[in-house]
Amino acid sequence: MLKKTPLGQVLGLGSAKAGTEHWWHQRVTAIAGIPLVIFLVIYLLVHRGASRAEITESMHNPIVAILMGLTIANLAWHMRLGLQVVIEDYVHTYQTKYALLLLNTFFAVVMAVAALYAILKMSIGL
Amino acid sequence: MADTRNAGRPLSPHLQVYEKSLTMTLSIVHRITGVALYAGTLLLVWWLTAAAISEPYFDMVQSVFGSWPGKLVLFGFTWALIHHTLGGIRHLVWDTGRGFDLRHVEMGARLTLAGSIILTAVVWAIALGVS
Ligand code: HEM
Repeated sequence: MLKKTPLGQVLGLGSAKAGTEHWWHQRVTAIAGIPLVIFLVIYLLVHRGASRAEITESMHNPIVAILMGLTIANLAWHMRLGLQVVIEDYVHTYQTKYALLLLNTFFAVVMAVAALYAILKMSIGL
Repeated sequence: MADTRNAGRPLSPHLQVYEKSLTMTLSIVHRITGVALYAGTLLLVWWLTAAAISEPYFDMVQSVFGSWPGKLVLFGFTWALIHHTLGGIRHLVWDTGRGFDLRHVEMGARLTLAGSIILTAVVWAIALGVS
């Protein structure tokens, strides 16, 4: 007999609650990352040694601004998921592990928000 | 009490038992480049926010990246990014259930390594050649 509540059966999740979702998001962000990384490398190559005015100017183009925003946001999510696995693999003391997992999340969110702020500010000239 | 240890039982081999191979090295390199890139996003976001802040601050950041140590770090970042991306594509192919036989695993490893070196060289030839 299956020792699960009807809700538990429908949700189909084990005790970890989010394993498949974590794995899947890592893949989704990896696939999205391929074209975005190509964009990033080309953008950086084109703007090597550029002045601040030229960078700001490039962000006036909505396609560039949106692509850069997507690149950083996708990356932040991908690297948060990725480092989470690394931490879980190597750190086994309870306090340290959860402290690092929290820091990991904070770092990714700060990176994403700071970059989006910078892109928006340059793009619409706040 | 009977000795329950059986010296002849098969042991689970550990890392140092295996002969070192390229595929093993690339496996850990994928993780190392992932972690290095994690730190590297700080540089990218620093550069972007500097551009949004002020002229003198952005020029300062540009000169840090333009210096010798700065360029060296960016060179490493470029290789890590390209290598991890190619390695990531290799993972995505495996996820479809393909390419697990020895010949393809070995070939993928060589292609990833060679591809990352060649592409990094191309990017830096463009970066240094025309600026
Ligand atoms: C700056 C950009 C990137 C950062 C900071 C980053 C970071 C990471 C980290 C920390 C991991 C975890 C490593 C591990 O568990 O061993 C990881 C895994 C992974 N990355 Fe990235 N990554 C980046 C770009 C990419 C791109 C562009 C791809 C595209 C193919 C990609 C594909 C993958 C895949 C498939 C995995 C999972 C590997 C596994 O299951 O072991 N990554 N990444």
